[in-house]
Amino acid sequence: MKRRCGFLAVVLAPLLLAGFLAPYPYAEQHREHPYVPPTAVHFIRARPFVQEDGHLYPLRLFPGNGRLFGVDPPAVVFLLGSDAYGRDVFSRLLYGGRLSLATGLLATLLSLALGLAAGVVAGYFGGWWDGLLMRGGELAMALPWLYLLLAVRAVLPLHISTLDSFLVSTAIIGAVGWVRPARLIRGVVLSGKERGFVLAARGFGAGHGYLIRRHLLPLTAGVAGTQATLLIPQFMLAEMALSFLGLGVGEPVPSWGGMLNEARQYHALLLHGWLLAPGLAAIPVLLAFLLVADAWLFRRSE
Amino acid sequence: MLIFRYFAPVLLVLSAAAYGQPGDAFIVSGIAGRSGGTLVFAQRNEPKSLNPAVAADSASREVMHRINADLIHINRETQLTEPALAKSWTVSSDGLHYVLNLRKGVRFSDGHSFDADDVVFSFRVYLDEKVLSPQRDLLLLEGKPIAVRKLDAYRVAFDLPGPYAAAERLFDGFVILPRHILERPYLDGKLAEAWGVRSPADQVVGLGPFRLKQFVPGQRVVLERNPYYWKLDKEGTRLPYLSEVDFVFAGSEDMQVMRFQTGESDVISRPSARNFAVLQKEGERRGYTLKDAGPGLEYSVLFFNLNDSPAAGNAPFHRESFRRAVSLAIDRDAIVRLVYQGRAAALSTPVPPGDKAWVNDKLPRIVRSIPQAKQLLSADGFSWAPGGSLLDPAGKPVEFSIVTSAGNSERVQMATLIADDLKPLGIAVHVTPLDFASLLNRVFQTHDYEACLLSLSEADADPNTDMAVLLSSAGNHLWQPEQKTPATPWEAEIDGLMRRQMVTRNRVQRKQLFDRVQAIVMDKLPMIPLVSPYILVGARNDLGNFRPALLDHYALWNIEELYWRGGRD
Repeated sequence: MKRRCGFLAVVLAPLLLAGFLAPYPYAEQHREHPYVPPTAVHFIRARPFVQEDGHLYPLRLFPGNGRLFGVDPPAVVFLLGSDAYGRDVFSRLLYGGRLSLATGLLATLLSLALGLAAGVVAGYFGGWWDGLLMRGGELAMALPWLYLLLAVRAVLPLHISTLDSFLVSTAIIGAVGWVRPARLIRGVVLSGKERGFVLAARGFGAGHGYLIRRHLLPLTAGVAGTQATLLIPQFMLAEMALSFLGLGVGEPVPSWGGMLNEARQYHALLLHGWLLAPGLAAIPVLLAFLLVADAWLFRRSE
Repeated sequence: MLIFRYFAPVLLVLSAAAYGQPGDAFIVSGIAGRSGGTLVFAQRNEPKSLNPAVAADSASREVMHRINADLIHINRETQLTEPALAKSWTVSSDGLHYVLNLRKGVRFSDGHSFDADDVVFSFRVYLDEKVLSPQRDLLLLEGKPIAVRKLDAYRVAFDLPGPYAAAERLFDGFVILPRHILERPYLDGKLAEAWGVRSPADQVVGLGPFRLKQFVPGQRVVLERNPYYWKLDKEGTRLPYLSEVDFVFAGSEDMQVMRFQTGESDVISRPSARNFAVLQKEGERRGYTLKDAGPGLEYSVLFFNLNDSPAAGNAPFHRESFRRAVSLAIDRDAIVRLVYQGRAAALSTPVPPGDKAWVNDKLPRIVRSIPQAKQLLSADGFSWAPGGSLLDPAGKPVEFSIVTSAGNSERVQMATLIADDLKPLGIAVHVTPLDFASLLNRVFQTHDYEACLLSLSEADADPNTDMAVLLSSAGNHLWQPEQKTPATPWEAEIDGLMRRQMVTRNRVQRKQLFDRVQAIVMDKLPMIPLVSPYILVGARNDLGNFRPALLDHYALWNIEELYWRGGRD
């Protein structure tokens, strides 16, 4: 468990420190350098250099712009190559990952909150509340969400700011995902409310609010936790899918889905393979979350 | 094999006897090739209809023009007119009356003979309002139709309602329809449904080099050679050389490129510059040649919404200084380099360089200059907020979004580069890719947009085709379509100049008038010309007579002359 959490931290740290680790701002265009393959770093007497027009330029640590490393112009350092506009794929990867991560976390919070509320109400009060919420949930699961999302995007105004579109996609992803946690939590509450200590508390005259807060919610903590670790990677993938389809944040703000959409073109696959980096980067990140979820589940069943 | 060779001449003689030599055959000047073989051409999209009167999309027209022919044709190589089904024509001294002498002994692809009745019928169809032919407007001069009269079986008179320069160029693209097949559906009011994707192949009849053999919806259109075609080569062989042309539908440009690369298709027309680079890498090994024919007649423009709709309001782009500053700030060379990998030309006039005879080359080249742009803006009352963002004379921050077609990655990239170019001026620009239908709806119907990036294509290297965009009353007058009266004095001046060049028969005078139009557009900048992409094509090495053109249909315009050098079956 500890090791897996450590792995997660190692994977997430670069994304959280994007502003420091990335050598360039995500939208900075180097118009003389479109589709440049990853920059080769030469080590001469253990000191790193990059080549530009036959000259060697030292790769500096802390070049003084608040970033970890960089190189003096006109030389450029693109660890993962550059895209069509000469933007650094490495920098965009880090910034884009941060966005995916933020979407995943916020959407998980939202859908867990919705799921908890719906699950507790359905499980605790039962009756027509239960019927309404659970049938409503089934209906929500049966809806073709992708088409709904396309429709939502079509009615929004032509231009919405990056923050707005980030919040919209987060809200949409979170709102779609509440059903599964709600059902699981309903199950926990349903069995929990028949347990001895709950019945005893009720016998002593405890109100609904007290019972839910004091006795039932703590019971759901384990389920909610594992659900969270499962939902975060799922929602990060959902965000990638949305921006891959052009429904996420717009240019020039990077997102992994948007970057992969660029890499989807035939010429990119053939000549500019480094554009696929976001796809590879997604693997360790998603894996780390799932490993932690797995460990958590294992521990709970013990 | 030997037996076949022995019999082949006999068969040829028989077929010539059976079909009869056309009375006035057209002799092509290209290298004499050898007959036989199939050409496979992967198209991006599927034709929607083979009906010349209603087909509007490029996939349909690409196939349609292979099975049909027109009276006077624009040679795609010389860009000059040449006789087609009309072997010669005379013009009255006032330029109002044309008499076309038709070729005798020409037959449709079903063997039925062709004469003046077919010509009169065809133009009746094109001019009929109920048919809704997209080409109808070209036959109206100032709203009045061209009159068509049959003089005798092989002579047709065309009477123009007013003078019209280079009127013979009009005939290009108006293909002649078979009266014996289409008159019945036309009289029944069902012409638009005729020759759809499910029509029996033997009912689709034309005068072009090929005829329909099979149409498999969703897969392919197969054409076979028209045994009655009216062109011969220098050695007297009846064209076309190819016995079949197979149009297959690839679905996307990437698929088109892959099919060409693997040899599943023999010709590729206009891949993007990026895919061109991909193809270039393997050309030698895979046995194909790519050709860069230079700038064509297509060009991209950025234009602002100048309609007085609430969305536009009193926006800064109604100010000429603002539009000039934007134009000055755009780095066209970067667009050429980054979007087209050098395979495009930066524009300084709204006429693409492929239209060689008509470009006003005295207009200065636009060199990006941010200081100059800033100077223009501050002289007109614009100022800058402490944060650096541009404020219009009313003190409002300047911000707009560019809509462009999401399906076209080149246009989206151009818009993104422009957004970045305008940052130093303090203008916040947002790029909004939209699907093409809703984009056109916004621009031409609801006028609910701020700026738009689109590509225009001149149908012919002649100023008359620009009237559809430049006249203030035109439906494609991008920035403010269908004006009742010209909204500005300079639009009135352009209208006047364009109308005058249309009726001026002296080419030098026409050029002067059109030069002036270009200068006005570049001064007022209702649309900001960006770049003109080069025409890129490719074909298998052993395809003979392959000579790409700058006009459509770039690769297949001389399909009757294409042949397989080594012979292919």
